[in-house]
Amino acid sequence: MKHLLAIDDLSADDIHRLLELTDHMVEISSRPIPKVPALRGKNVVSLFFEDSTRTRTSFDTAAKRLSADTMNFAVSSSSVSKGESLRDTIETIAAMGVDAFVVRHRSSGAPEMITRWTNASIINAGDGWHQHPTQALLDCYTIRTGLNRRDGFDGLHIAIVGDIRHSRVARSDVQAFAALGARVTLVAPPTLLPPSLEGWPVEVSHDLDALLPDLDVLYLLRVQRERMDDALLPSLHEYSSLYGLTDARAARLAPHALVMHPGPMNRGVEMVADPGELPGSVILNQVTNGVAVRMAVLFWLLGSGGDLSEAS
Amino acid sequence: MKRLVIRGGTLLDQTGERAGDVAIENGRIVEVGNDLKGDTELDARGCIVSPGFVDLHVHLREPGKEEAETIETGTRAAALGGFTAVVAMPNTDPAHDTVSVVDFVRAQGQKAGLCEVLPSGCITVGRAGTQLAPFAELAAAGVHLFTDDGNGVQNPQLMRSALEYAGPLGIVLAQHCEVAALTKGAVMHEGACCSRLGLPGWPAIAEELMVMRDIELVRLTGVSMHFLHLSTARSVQMVRAAKAEGLRITAEAAPHHFTLTDEQLNGYDPVFKVNPPLRTRADIDAIKAGLADGTIDAIATDHAPHAPHTKEVPLDEAPPGMLGLETALALSISELDMPLGQIVAALSWKPAVIAGVADRHGRPIAVGEPANLTVFDPQQQWTVVPAQLASKSRNTPYAGRQVRGKVRHTILNGVAVVANSAATR
Amino acid sequence: MGLRTVLTADDVRRALTRIAHEIVERNQGVHGLAVVGLQRGGVWMARELAALLSAIDPQHEVPLGSLDVSFHRDDVGLRPIVPASVTDIAGSLDGRIIVLVDDVLFTGRTVRAALEALNEYGRPSAVQLAVLVDRGHRELPIRPDFVGKNLPTSREELVVATAEGVTIQ
Repeated sequence: MKHLLAIDDLSADDIHRLLELTDHMVEISSRPIPKVPALRGKNVVSLFFEDSTRTRTSFDTAAKRLSADTMNFAVSSSSVSKGESLRDTIETIAAMGVDAFVVRHRSSGAPEMITRWTNASIINAGDGWHQHPTQALLDCYTIRTGLNRRDGFDGLHIAIVGDIRHSRVARSDVQAFAALGARVTLVAPPTLLPPSLEGWPVEVSHDLDALLPDLDVLYLLRVQRERMDDALLPSLHEYSSLYGLTDARAARLAPHALVMHPGPMNRGVEMVADPGELPGSVILNQVTNGVAVRMAVLFWLLGSGGDLSEAS
Repeated sequence: MKRLVIRGGTLLDQTGERAGDVAIENGRIVEVGNDLKGDTELDARGCIVSPGFVDLHVHLREPGKEEAETIETGTRAAALGGFTAVVAMPNTDPAHDTVSVVDFVRAQGQKAGLCEVLPSGCITVGRAGTQLAPFAELAAAGVHLFTDDGNGVQNPQLMRSALEYAGPLGIVLAQHCEVAALTKGAVMHEGACCSRLGLPGWPAIAEELMVMRDIELVRLTGVSMHFLHLSTARSVQMVRAAKAEGLRITAEAAPHHFTLTDEQLNGYDPVFKVNPPLRTRADIDAIKAGLADGTIDAIATDHAPHAPHTKEVPLDEAPPGMLGLETALALSISELDMPLGQIVAALSWKPAVIAGVADRHGRPIAVGEPANLTVFDPQQQWTVVPAQLASKSRNTPYAGRQVRGKVRHTILNGVAVVANSAATR
Repeated sequence: MGLRTVLTADDVRRALTRIAHEIVERNQGVHGLAVVGLQRGGVWMARELAALLSAIDPQHEVPLGSLDVSFHRDDVGLRPIVPASVTDIAGSLDGRIIVLVDDVLFTGRTVRAALEALNEYGRPSAVQLAVLVDRGHRELPIRPDFVGKNLPTSREELVVATAEGVTIQ
């Protein structure tokens, strides 16, 4: 595999292998000197057309722990408004010698387009509403360790709650959780679901309260204020009263159930309870695991010399 | 003037099909018969000789976006596609809302001498949807078809008024059917594909609501109207019902709407982005059925050139539109399950009436008629190669596609502007 | 190609016992020692050696670790590299004497990677190398401290060393 653009580029076996590789990266990260020379001489360029300090820092840390060289380009305005096409931007930077681009773009599909204009590996760090594959992998890793499910998610029931329609995290998570065998239920008002769920391995519910006791994982998505401008929601308050995680709702979760959120959280909207007080919250573990998962992805694409599956 | 003879072809027009040679002098057909001799002869063996094609819908980009297309390059592509007349859409910069702009566009077409350019006029000033364009002045300057193409006229009061005002002028208003509030940020058809790809959808209902509204406005005002580039099954169904009621409505469809589906967008290639968007298999079937039963009168290309760099950006930043002039005939022959006579009708004499040029285009092949003719080989196979197209842009969605049917000669006012599949000027 | 047995299971057991005694002799006991096996082939042998050492001096338990050097190799990206089990080194290595254990010593590149990897866990007072088989063909200046058997081989041959014996293919 040369690029990581979307979760459905990966087989269930690929996901398992990446998670096993992540175990190694967690060990490396726990060493007194958390750094290995595996990617010495490789040049990893972060190309963020949309600001995201968290994801950029996570990738940056991952690359540095593997001894890769890193460069950062923040391109805030759209390529068109600068009069430069995306292709021009990519070809210019690629000319400096790049082994991998870590791409965040507000437009769905931008990372896939970029693969046509460079020989470097492309890692999708989030594109529009489309995909955020490393987020899904770190979510899988967090569930795998949090619920001790090394062999897969068979029998787990995961609810993803919130603005599915505009969420790249949801699109990646649905594919990844389902690939590992989980039962996935999307919970949202109809206006925040995609226009069509044809081909999605999910169930749909508009009633979070009815689901709570049955869940192994409650995955909350960020709900944004702009959704009211598009008449998709009457008010954040109403959203919160129907779908927000309150103390009362948290109390109805099974004792082992995990609470997850990709961040940044909208406190008082989808997250009403204090996440620090929730026994099942693994939200900070998600952040920690993010670095190790991204190390695994970088090593897989740049260091393993081919497919992991070839050698195993 | 010399005598030009088209030899050995099969003549196909609204009167039927027969073998024959056509002799042309001084821009008119002077003789139709067998074994005619001329000073210049064009071989038409194995070919259909038909009235020249008329495209109701092309974007020639001049003035304003000459890096994408000029009237000269666009009309050369038109001539190679068999068109002897094209209606130039008004969304240039400046737009076709003053006599000076439409005069300029027509004159540039005459200067190139490849295809008659029929400037359309705007319905509203600057296509902004707020103030009516000067219909009568523009009509006096020869404009027949008025549209804000690229934008639908959103305000129903304004559209009603436009129809009422246009009535006595004998002009045609053509609607780009899109309720803008339903297509905010839209990139592709709303359905399973856009949901998976994470792209904002352009729902079918956004077209259909405007088709529905305008059918009712035609009923109310009694003034005729043309629907541009219909793309959905329900739109075809509504137009069919309206025509059955006797309402004065005409409609067109573009080849890409009967050949390509929204699944083409799976690779996020902006060459497949178009407005209205590529739809589903069921919509394609409905468009084909609409063409076959005459609900849709004309095949119009919506030829929309874009300079390469503008398509080398993410899908949502790329402008919509694809080339069409040089592939329309071949796609129609390859994809439509219709008799050739019906295909040529939808490319020639039916759109000629809508464009208001039935006095000189889409005429029967008969002595005394203006010599605007297309000669094409309906069997010739060829492969679409973007770099070989005459258009200044390369944004064809059919690169590498094998098609059947190729224009051999195009005769404009008695002159072979295309001979042996090459432009002569 | 034929399969040739060079050491039997009994030979292997005897060789390991001898190596254990040599280690004790060299280090004047087992105090301060830690045995670290290289993934994958060195892990079983390290386990055996640690048990033998503890049996020689039951007063001191000899810590046992395993080390995966995939991320330290000098041929990353040249061939498929798949880490085996996760490295398991408990506690700091500062001041300890590390006996690095591998089944077969060949080019020496794995050992070089292991020496580098060990650095990241601390600063041992010494590192010694124990191998069951030294098959020659070194590409780096690396020499084992304890050897079960020196085995002349050609580069193309495959040497397989387990507790059940050593074979050449």
